[in-house]
Amino acid sequence: MFTKKNVRMAIIHIDGKTYQVKEGRNLLETCLSLGLDLPYFCWHPALGSVGACRQCAVKTFKDEQDTKGRLVMSCMEPVKDQLRLSISDKEAAAFREQVIGWLMTNHPHDCAVCDEGGSCHLQDMTVMTGHSYRNYHFTKRTHKNQYLGPFLNHEMNRCIQCYRCVRFYKDFAGGKDMDVFAAHNHVYFGRHQDGILESEFSGNLAEVCPTGVFTDKTLKQHYTRKWDMTYAPSVCQGCGLGCNIIAGERYGSLRQITTRYNGAVNGYFLCDRGRYGYEFVNSDRRIKQAAVRNLTGTNVGTAEALQQVKDKLASGKVIGIGSPRASLESNFALQQLVGRDHFHLGMSDTEHDLTTLALKILRQGHVRTPSMQEAATADAVLILGEDLLNTAPMMALSVRQAVNRQPAQEAMNTAHVADWQDAAVREAMQDKHGPCFILNVQPTKLDELATRAYYTAPETIARIGFALARQLGAPLAEINHLTEEEHQLVEQMAAALMSAARPLIIAGYGSACDGVLRAASNICEALHQHAKPSMLVLTTPECNSMGLEMLGGLRLDSAVNVVMNGEADTVIILENDLYRKLDKHVADNFFSRCKEVILIDHLYNATAEKATVLLPAGTFAESDGTMVNNEGRAQRFLQVYAPATTEIQESWRWLLQLGRVTNCERLRNMEFFDDVIHALTQQVRCFAGIDKLTPPADFRIAGQKIPREPHRYSGRTAILANINVSEPKPPVDGDTPLSFTMEGYRGEPPSSVIPFFWWPGWNSVQSVNKFQEEIGGSLHDGDPGKRLIEPGGNGQLTFFTEVPGHFVPCAGHLQLVPIYHIYGSEELSVHTPGIAERMPAPYIMLSPEDAKRYQVAEQHQLQIAIDGHPYTFTVKVNPALQRGMAGLPAGLPGTGIVDMPQMAKV
Amino acid sequence: MNKLLTDFLYMLTQTEISKIEHELQQVPVKKAAVIEALKIVQEERRWVSDENVDDIAALLGMSADEVDSVATFYNLIFRRPVGRHVILVCDSISCWVMGYEDLKQGLMDHLQIRYGQTTADGRFTLLPNACLGCCDHAPALMVDNDLYQDITPVMIKDILAKYK
Amino acid sequence: MIETPLTGNIKPGVSLDIKAYEAAGGYQGLRKALQQMTPPEVTTLVKESNLRGRGGAGFSTGMKWSFVPMNVEGPKYLICNADEMEPGTFKDRWLLEGNPHQLLEGMIISAYAIQATTSFVFLRWAYKKAAQEIRRAIAEAHAAGYLGQNILGTGFHLDMHLHTGVGRYMCGEETALLNSLEGKRAVPRAKPPFPQISGLFGKPTIVNNVETLCFIPHIVNKGAAWFQSLSRTGDGGTKIYGVSGRVNKPGAWELPMGVTMRELIEEHAGGMQHGYNFRGALPGGASTDFLTTAHMDVPMDFTSVAAAGSRLGTGTMVVLDDHTCPVGFVHNLEHFFAQESCGFCTPCREGLPWTEKILYALERGEGTEADLEQLDLHTRLLGPGNTFCALAPGAMEPLQSALKYFREDFEQHVHEKKCPYGNYTH
Repeated sequence: MFTKKNVRMAIIHIDGKTYQVKEGRNLLETCLSLGLDLPYFCWHPALGSVGACRQCAVKTFKDEQDTKGRLVMSCMEPVKDQLRLSISDKEAAAFREQVIGWLMTNHPHDCAVCDEGGSCHLQDMTVMTGHSYRNYHFTKRTHKNQYLGPFLNHEMNRCIQCYRCVRFYKDFAGGKDMDVFAAHNHVYFGRHQDGILESEFSGNLAEVCPTGVFTDKTLKQHYTRKWDMTYAPSVCQGCGLGCNIIAGERYGSLRQITTRYNGAVNGYFLCDRGRYGYEFVNSDRRIKQAAVRNLTGTNVGTAEALQQVKDKLASGKVIGIGSPRASLESNFALQQLVGRDHFHLGMSDTEHDLTTLALKILRQGHVRTPSMQEAATADAVLILGEDLLNTAPMMALSVRQAVNRQPAQEAMNTAHVADWQDAAVREAMQDKHGPCFILNVQPTKLDELATRAYYTAPETIARIGFALARQLGAPLAEINHLTEEEHQLVEQMAAALMSAARPLIIAGYGSACDGVLRAASNICEALHQHAKPSMLVLTTPECNSMGLEMLGGLRLDSAVNVVMNGEADTVIILENDLYRKLDKHVADNFFSRCKEVILIDHLYNATAEKATVLLPAGTFAESDGTMVNNEGRAQRFLQVYAPATTEIQESWRWLLQLGRVTNCERLRNMEFFDDVIHALTQQVRCFAGIDKLTPPADFRIAGQKIPREPHRYSGRTAILANINVSEPKPPVDGDTPLSFTMEGYRGEPPSSVIPFFWWPGWNSVQSVNKFQEEIGGSLHDGDPGKRLIEPGGNGQLTFFTEVPGHFVPCAGHLQLVPIYHIYGSEELSVHTPGIAERMPAPYIMLSPEDAKRYQVAEQHQLQIAIDGHPYTFTVKVNPALQRGMAGLPAGLPGTGIVDMPQMAKV
Repeated sequence: MNKLLTDFLYMLTQTEISKIEHELQQVPVKKAAVIEALKIVQEERRWVSDENVDDIAALLGMSADEVDSVATFYNLIFRRPVGRHVILVCDSISCWVMGYEDLKQGLMDHLQIRYGQTTADGRFTLLPNACLGCCDHAPALMVDNDLYQDITPVMIKDILAKYK
Repeated sequence: MIETPLTGNIKPGVSLDIKAYEAAGGYQGLRKALQQMTPPEVTTLVKESNLRGRGGAGFSTGMKWSFVPMNVEGPKYLICNADEMEPGTFKDRWLLEGNPHQLLEGMIISAYAIQATTSFVFLRWAYKKAAQEIRRAIAEAHAAGYLGQNILGTGFHLDMHLHTGVGRYMCGEETALLNSLEGKRAVPRAKPPFPQISGLFGKPTIVNNVETLCFIPHIVNKGAAWFQSLSRTGDGGTKIYGVSGRVNKPGAWELPMGVTMRELIEEHAGGMQHGYNFRGALPGGASTDFLTTAHMDVPMDFTSVAAAGSRLGTGTMVVLDDHTCPVGFVHNLEHFFAQESCGFCTPCREGLPWTEKILYALERGEGTEADLEQLDLHTRLLGPGNTFCALAPGAMEPLQSALKYFREDFEQHVHEKKCPYGNYTH
């Protein structure tokens, strides 16, 4: 959203009432912001107006004497002082009804069998206009559908040609492989031929499409109507950005993830990893029962399991390994159970270093880290070592908007059009971009936006960054070994950043090089010295990397050490697969030396194979918890449903129970979620305020809880009738103010506990309009989440002086660098079949010179060794890759190599 | 023309590539030349295939979808094979008043095909077209680039005989 | 003796080359404009002449030019809309094939007035001969120094390109034409912003019709008063009128603006063919309202025709005779409009095929009273402002007036359950 300072107010008259509104916005969003109901299709708050559908017609009048008026499309009409309009005008209402009538000439009578039904914007608008009887009695045009991949279903007969899909896919998200074809009433929206939609944001089409043309294909596998699901506000676990989601459940399985609007974080959208990566919750690899190795016989119940663990803990030297994908509460409970001196952060070496450094930079630096929506307001972008579409996908959408900012502003000035006049702005802008520089080890899909894209080793990226900071005035030594081209690049970037009004610097875990983060910090400090308000985004690998770092703990390799040298032999591992944090041989050795491995996690994995006790942990959908994203924003996710078996519990609950049976002093008197949070805020100062993220468990509105289920939720009496014909009591939620029922407070709850967006007459995702301060702005009582880190700096600027050495290829060796994949690098999302399908097979990426040197070509096998341990990979050649480096996909199952960068012998 | 790119092109000839490159010089953004490129390719081949669309996309730095989105909008870019000669029959108002229906029937009887079809010997494709702009000499039709005016059904045979 | 500045020099089957054109006084206007007038002076002159656009909209040409900002950086464009595809319209073809240099001179002067640096002729695909002649003319003009760098030594540069279309009536709409020139689908743009501010590639652009531009050299040569004196009414100049349909001498003629319909039909077109009677006519192409026998003495100028409830449009008339079914007539028109809709806005995309289907049903004898009500409804709802561009409102003009003047024919189709004329279109 473009922010404007000093916005003028205007008086307008709508159906005899007078309102004071912002001048210059369009009439449609103004009316919607006022809470008035106006139908629309082609306008979208994030996409602006084009005036195609003609649904939003209202009558405007010249003055008080004008009784005839004229019909205008409110989405295309700017608010002007003293504007007079009527929504209820008979002619306008009749026209709006007829627009639906026109759309219905070809729209099939699919409602009963259409996935969108019950959550359909077309249905809502049809009812709103009052259209009922279809006068058209001729034939309908029909289309063939396309296979578009595992995420979206295509049903073109339902299309009402609002053009939203191509505007989102192409204009907003930069997709290239989807378009509109043909003309007149044959227009077709799809691909030029069947195939998987390439955009990482394709799933948003299901929400952007106002009818059932594009629908969630994963939901279709276990289809449920919107009104029949149980929902809770949640947070995506897919990467460090922490987009807000709504998770819906029925019959004990998680069915769908949809966007939970957050005006600061993800806005209206999600990436496909976040939207579709939920199927691990329903996986048959779920650990559903507690298990103790060598204990044969019947299933181990909770009490038995606790006893077993108690004994093992009592007789062992215990350490705990936390997890950057587990909640603060779970990590904290583990920390308290084993004691600070025995609590290890379960991050790989590199990730540990990077995250520690990131937190340090954000705390001590003078530059603010922006929310994603703030980042979108930048007007110049520098990306150091990040392939954003694979390391922090939604941030790429912010970059897209930022890169358009300067030319859009220019266009708006020359053509005298408002920012919401989308087509006019894009026409006047042509394909100009604002300054954008991308430095990475290999090309990224964002490169098309870049003024310059430059590919080189991570160390060199860092060195260029240092040189740039120096060019901007930082007191740093000269960086040598830079080429002429690199010097020129530094000058160009410096000039661009200095002439921008709000430059944005992005760096993070993608480069696996802490020098890059130091360089980014230096650049921002140098800009700050010039009083230039820059923004710094540092990406973090996992959904709670930052939170875990703020909690604090020992390194993972020290856990390995204490076990290897016998100081510890009993390990409690919280929601962590150590084979993803340690190289295989290290992990193998570690586990062989452990006497007891107590694993609290969701899925059977390589670590579970080594565990001696398995305690089934509830996933994000079965737990309450708090995570801190890369921005330092603490966000709460709430439990959607009670797990399938009674043994599955929130990890923190397991740990509290362990605390009780072991009489752990530090965990005394803690039973409920609020207790853990309270202790957390007391003990860890930086988490002050997270107890206010959501209202406490005893919060009520008019004495009522907030229902997780819409009031039309059906089948409650029959759902478990196959087990017991008597309807069971719904599960009681003692931890939050939400209930697992449809009874409760019907109105609008506080924004942080909104389980689903619905409003009378607004059954679709557009209902979020009713919950916003103004369209596209914050939710009514503020966007959920609390920023915990603000720039430290009073006084002295801090510059890092440690520059990485100049990268020199080492004969016979390759420096392994990680290549991230949106589908494949993250642990849990790969359990969704559609995501696994799109995951690449493991490979090693070489430069053409190295391929030649080692006499391999594409598809050949190359064997490398790290510390004597051999690994074999299929070769991929990339001409952009630096000689002496090799790219290895990060996080793919079965790669075996985790910690990068590392030197490998060929 | 960089070699790496030509390795990827399916089948555009050097002539076509040169012509397209000339057009690329005339426009401020490459994709503005796409209609010219489609015309150039269709000139020789009489229609534009999927592979041609891919090649044009590669040359202009567009996706195949972007190219096809434009190609399929315009009725005179043919995305399916046509006969050696394309007959465009004006079906607009003046021609309709002056005898289009009989002319149409005559053509269909003579050629034994309906609109959108090609004769079995691959000689003619028959298509309707909007007003040809010679309404004072209606009805009218075009065969390839040739305009025929004041047509009566009896003239069909002789006109078409000229086109092998 | 009627003065015919536009067509006086055109001989049938001959295209004037540059020598012949110059011999007839060609490029004098260009010399005068570039060497003796400033760009604003040219615009003022054209405004004073009251030249109204001949492409159908009839907007004041000089006024249109005056909105082009003068002191801006970057290129500006002057475009000739030669995409003549309005059914019943065949006037521009005459000018394009017969005297392309006249158009070029008009374009160069107009480009000078708005300080454009690049110009295009957007020519429809079907005009193959015109394409040939225009290419030749552009080459000749370049060779003679009327195009390119430093024209006539005045420091004014202008490039000119011929762009041939690939179909679609929409390309005749000014903003859709711009999109087509940009290599996009010919979907129109919302106005504001107007092309004068943000046009081709986002730059200031003027789009004018062929006939309009052809007047420019003459206006520069002989002045605004002369131009106005050519006309019989308030709208200045001559007009190329045309008549098609069952008249004895269908054709096009350059006549003083304001001749009556009677003169056109009975004098110039030689009256109705033997056995046929005049029922009505669309005065300016497919997207204009019917005029009937009651309007025979209405002067055919913009203002008078509008007062009579129609539009002058392109000034080329399509005659409805009494052996031709009005329902079938309008069906043909709506078939055209429905097929040529770009598909962007709902009322046009969905409404026009609906009217087409109703008309087809009526022709087959399957239409109902309710269907007639739907037709009425569409003529009311598909008005200007309700749709994204003027295509649908234009499509409704013949339908609306047919329902007004020939209602009994429609009713007959419903009640007799057949077409009384024996028409049964495809």
